[in-house]
Amino acid sequence: MASVFVSGNMAAAIGARQAEVNVVAAYPITPQTSIVEYLAKFVADGELDAQTIPVESEHSAMAACIGASLAGARAFTASSSQGLALMHEPVFAAAGLRLPLVMAVANRALSHPVTIWSDHSDSMAERDSGWLQFYCETCQEVLDTIIIGYRVAEDARVLLPAMVCLDGFYLSHLSEPVSVPAIEDVRRFAPKSAPKYPILDVDDPKSIGLVISPDFFTEFVYDKHASMSMARDVTEEAFAEFERMFGRRYSHLESYRIDDAEVVLVGMGTMAGTIRVAVDGLRARGMRVGALKIKTYRPFPGEEIRRALRGARVVAVVDRAVTYGTGGIAYYDVARELVNESPHPLLLDFVAGIGGRDITVDTINRVAEQALAVSLDGRRDDVTWVDANKETLAIWGLALR
Amino acid sequence: MSLKIRDLPNEELVAPGNSGCPGCGATMGARMAMKVLGSRTIMVNGTGCMTVNYGVLAAARFPYLHMLFETTGAVLSGLDAGLRSLGKREGVTLLGWAGDGGTADIGFQSLSGAVERGHKFVYICYDNESYMNTGGQRSGVTPYGASTTTCPAGKRSIGESRPMQRRKDMVEIMAAHGIPYAATASLAFPMDYMAKVKRAAEVDGPSYVHLLSPCPPGWGSNDELTVEVSRLAVETGMWILYEVVDGERKFNKRLKTLRPITDYLKTQKRFRHLLDQPEEIEKIQSFVTKRAERLGLLG
Ligand SMILES: Cc1ncc(C[n+]2csc(CCOP(=O)(O)OP(=O)(O)O)c2C)c(N)n1
Ligand code: SF4
Repeated sequence: MASVFVSGNMAAAIGARQAEVNVVAAYPITPQTSIVEYLAKFVADGELDAQTIPVESEHSAMAACIGASLAGARAFTASSSQGLALMHEPVFAAAGLRLPLVMAVANRALSHPVTIWSDHSDSMAERDSGWLQFYCETCQEVLDTIIIGYRVAEDARVLLPAMVCLDGFYLSHLSEPVSVPAIEDVRRFAPKSAPKYPILDVDDPKSIGLVISPDFFTEFVYDKHASMSMARDVTEEAFAEFERMFGRRYSHLESYRIDDAEVVLVGMGTMAGTIRVAVDGLRARGMRVGALKIKTYRPFPGEEIRRALRGARVVAVVDRAVTYGTGGIAYYDVARELVNESPHPLLLDFVAGIGGRDITVDTINRVAEQALAVSLDGRRDDVTWVDANKETLAIWGLALR
Repeated sequence: MSLKIRDLPNEELVAPGNSGCPGCGATMGARMAMKVLGSRTIMVNGTGCMTVNYGVLAAARFPYLHMLFETTGAVLSGLDAGLRSLGKREGVTLLGWAGDGGTADIGFQSLSGAVERGHKFVYICYDNESYMNTGGQRSGVTPYGASTTTCPAGKRSIGESRPMQRRKDMVEIMAAHGIPYAATASLAFPMDYMAKVKRAAEVDGPSYVHLLSPCPPGWGSNDELTVEVSRLAVETGMWILYEVVDGERKFNKRLKTLRPITDYLKTQKRFRHLLDQPEEIEKIQSFVTKRAERLGLLG
């Protein structure tokens, strides 16, 4: 197993290379661009035997991946923000056709105003498309999750595409030492077998993508729902096998010092590391705080969430994306799991790190302090924009509640 | 033309039992194209009438993908690359099949990209000069004066108001991509059409055939007269049969004289309001005549 010092984007490209993808179709957009450039170079240098399609848009990138996958090939793409939004339509189609694509998403906010910086609003907008979604914290995790993604997506019990999300710049452009699994091992871990979904084959002709009446459409949707639920177990199996083969342990959730925690701080992506550092500091000051990272966001690991948060007094979810007029988005997923628990922890909703605002230890400290201060009477505050700038808003005639 | 009717197989790959309208030019066109392309063809069909015609009662005896409206070119690209990557490209024909909306409008970018990148496929646009699957709205190729639901003729409207010379000319646009083969075709000249499809499949690289496809409900034409309407389009000079082979233009049907365009217009309700507006008829006639003369189509 070779070790290299690479960025999150390079790790994503290496992941696709080690998975020996057959077709890469992608379109440049910051901060994703270098993923597709690295892959093009791998192909040019003979390090990856694949067809690259330098498409004219992200919409076509996804459509081309669909075509490649329907030919029976293993296809890969990557995007961000406006590009992911442009692919929205074929993103749904890929899931509906049950094609096991893997896409790296270098998370970036959506315009307008124009920004190239990170938050989760791009991938959150695809949350309900039928794709698996994994949020990564380290470069190693990006590489490994792409390989795990193919294994899970191609499993006959799942057959749904997978998005591997990495925070733009924070992870896409961060370099770390990364261990590269050998191709022979990846072949054993995620073997390319005959497609388990219908393909376009002249020797076995099928019509694919037909019109479906209301008599059957619900059942098609239910089938996707059931497969997504099943993907929880299939992913667990993949994590276990991955650990056995490569020695690195992943899980849907990663908890940190939560056993006796009064307050648990929940986050996804790169903020998870910051939260853990903050937790150590807060613990040193005698505060009973723990951290929970959500790695697998779709399928949502509900049972694990309930188990992890059962003993907490307060759960604070920090979201890098907003549902307007209401608050954070992952907050709802967590709340849904806890609402019928009795007793259940008090839930607090925090939005932070929007459009590239750094989530610092200080940001997290403020979240924790508010969470610790909240009374137990069950009163729930509105969403807290913990890092919004009061002075700027005041100039605009807005008050921060 | 080397293609003979006796060379055509009896086998119907586009089976009867589809849900197209009687007299549908598009379904006739698909049937004929598949006679020459054969069963080792994969078809990608951008959303349109054919999604319903062959997507409800599946009637295709070859691999047939019903795909998002504007993605035909991109999906063909992916199939081309995917099959190549698996060493399965040899002996397989890829066919893109889409309406004028899916080709000249919403699917334009994806087709242009696929053609520019040089993927190997045959693309046939069945042109009913409107968006019929959604009930007959105008497209970028709807002819001047035609009444559609989004450019209806009325007291203050001639119908489609874009002048004849600005109709989006897909064959010229495709030829301008430098592809080896692009052609127009007509259902009234089936051997010419099928020979063109055959040639399109034989060239190395992307190729394009644009088939005028009368649509009885959209055009307000008699459903028994689809072939006749197609013939009149050619004989009046409203539709020109030609091909562009490696950049060289060749006209496939020279005409001694042009029949008056009203012979064509009066077969269709979408043009009926024009018939009592001689100045409008003259405008169209003059364009058509001058074009035929300029191209050297006559004689
Ligand atoms: C992105 C998108 N926009 C709109 C539609 C609705 N729609 C379906 S078919 C169609 C028109 C198709 O027109 P054309 O390509 O000319 O084919 P025809 O219907 O005439 O066969 C439209 C507007 C759609 N399916 N997808
Ligand atoms: S509306 Fe026109 S194009 Fe559509 S099926 Fe009917 S005849 Fe064919």
